[in-house]
Amino acid sequence: MSIDTETARRTAKLARIAVPEERLPALAGEFNAILGFIEQLQEVDVDGVEPMVSVTPMRLKRRDDVVTDGNQAEAILANAPEAREGFFAVPKVVE
Amino acid sequence: MSALTDLTIAEARDLLRAGETTALALTEAHLEAIEGAGALNAFVHHTPEIARAQAKAADARIARGDQPDMCGIPIGVKDLFCTKGVLSQAASKILDGFKPPYESTITDKLFHDGAIMLGKLNMDEFAMGSSNETSVYGDAVNPWRAGNSEAALTPGGSSGGSAAAVSAHLCLGALGTDTGGSIRQPAAFTGITGIKPTYGRCSRWGIVAFASSLDQAGPMTRSVRDAAIFLRAMSGHDPKDSTSADLPVPDFEAMLTGDIRGQVIGIPKEYRIDGMPEEIDTLWQQGIDMLRDAGAEIRDISLPHTKYALPAYYVIAPAEASSNLARYDGVRFGHRAKLSQGDGITEMYEKTRAEGFGDEVQRRVMVGTYVLSAGFYDAYYNRARKVRTLIKKDFEDVFAAGVDAILTPATPSSAFELGAMEDADPIQMYLNDVFTVTVNLAGLPGIAVPTGQDRRGLPMALQLIGKPWEEGALMNVAQSLEDRAGFVARPEKWW
Repeated sequence: MSIDTETARRTAKLARIAVPEERLPALAGEFNAILGFIEQLQEVDVDGVEPMVSVTPMRLKRRDDVVTDGNQAEAILANAPEAREGFFAVPKVVE
Repeated sequence: MSALTDLTIAEARDLLRAGETTALALTEAHLEAIEGAGALNAFVHHTPEIARAQAKAADARIARGDQPDMCGIPIGVKDLFCTKGVLSQAASKILDGFKPPYESTITDKLFHDGAIMLGKLNMDEFAMGSSNETSVYGDAVNPWRAGNSEAALTPGGSSGGSAAAVSAHLCLGALGTDTGGSIRQPAAFTGITGIKPTYGRCSRWGIVAFASSLDQAGPMTRSVRDAAIFLRAMSGHDPKDSTSADLPVPDFEAMLTGDIRGQVIGIPKEYRIDGMPEEIDTLWQQGIDMLRDAGAEIRDISLPHTKYALPAYYVIAPAEASSNLARYDGVRFGHRAKLSQGDGITEMYEKTRAEGFGDEVQRRVMVGTYVLSAGFYDAYYNRARKVRTLIKKDFEDVFAAGVDAILTPATPSSAFELGAMEDADPIQMYLNDVFTVTVNLAGLPGIAVPTGQDRRGLPMALQLIGKPWEEGALMNVAQSLEDRAGFVARPEKWW
């Protein structure tokens, strides 16, 4: 499996990271080095092996479905780059 | 009495209990040491006001006869932990200015016990790195130097600031986190002790997430006994982390008898890798001899899937990171890029993440995105999870056959120069974790103990791996190793 510039561009887009056009070939090269390393996994016989879901064999705990927290709008917005009238503010989404 | 900064946590606790020192005196001594250690770039946010207030409260509490083990003990906190009202940036530009309005469960528990926070510690960005060179704060520097050389060495990573601070006596102990070796490798590079507990022993709530199925916090200290004291105070079930185990936390310190007669120590042949320096091999053999002298039975074992641990890790960890780091979008906290006329929300996300994440973080997020993308999910991610099952089974098999603990080298080399890996491809850096990463994949406890020095005088360490939930028994073997190795060297002060 070899990653070309187009795949690198698409992956950057999926990851929502702006990568300048001139940087894409080098990025594809780095991906290929890492994926080449990962490729070793193809040697392993994994027939009939379950993919690991949880490393410790325990059931996740459940709790009652009740409100335990809330009314902290101010604390939640305190770190926002832009907040207005109790909301996070972002560039216009709907034309 | 030796200098207050030369005490272990156990010694400081006992002196506090006897009324022979105060939390405030301990705190002032360490604040002064930090003040003079700017060259190490270990502490990146200083919190002397908090420390002094906590120290006064601790002294008042001790005067009342109420003294949990960590009460009055000055510690450093890795920048990955959210600390209320104190910058917590995971060493990333994208969390620039982030002051959490809440406290991580672990720091909350420690403060509840009376521990004192001196400040926040340097690390690799989002804990992604093995040399502390990906930090937005710049490199942390190892207090150790090689022979007469003045070249700056890496303290390892990702908990590089924690390791440098403990090694240089800037705090009595520090919090680290370990996703693939990030406590044990820096501990090994700086001649201190570091334990990654069983996955689920400590709550992850309030720790900036990297790879949630692998991340665990742990203590970094100057003795095994201190690790036992510190770890007990951090451990326990937390309703806010459903993967934290609802199991009793034993008194780990009480389990340190140093008696390991009759215990079976496994020596895995797969850890004897090509190109391993002879000094590491010798160190390993010395460790084997020490444990045999202590009365343990040494047994050769095989962990056949060891070779596939790093490649599996470099699928699973980036996959989880790409998901966890999706939250950094410039909306709720941290950095937001300056937008141009006409930019919409997609441009805001893309520019913010390009500016906010460093090269290594971007690389891992994109690798993770790729291995999870349609058409590749089965070939990479599912296959890696199956290999992970096999790696865990390797350990289960040897434990079922009667092995109590496993002895391996902690790292494939001693500390290297900062900048030495600049032109190497990323895989070369990843190889630092070759001995530690299996432990995260299998969810097991692992501890690095300094046992020797290389010919240039740099510390080297061995790793012990234990059974799940048996940190106490593991630390007891580590204690035996520490007793016999008699590692007392410390870096000569140049900073």
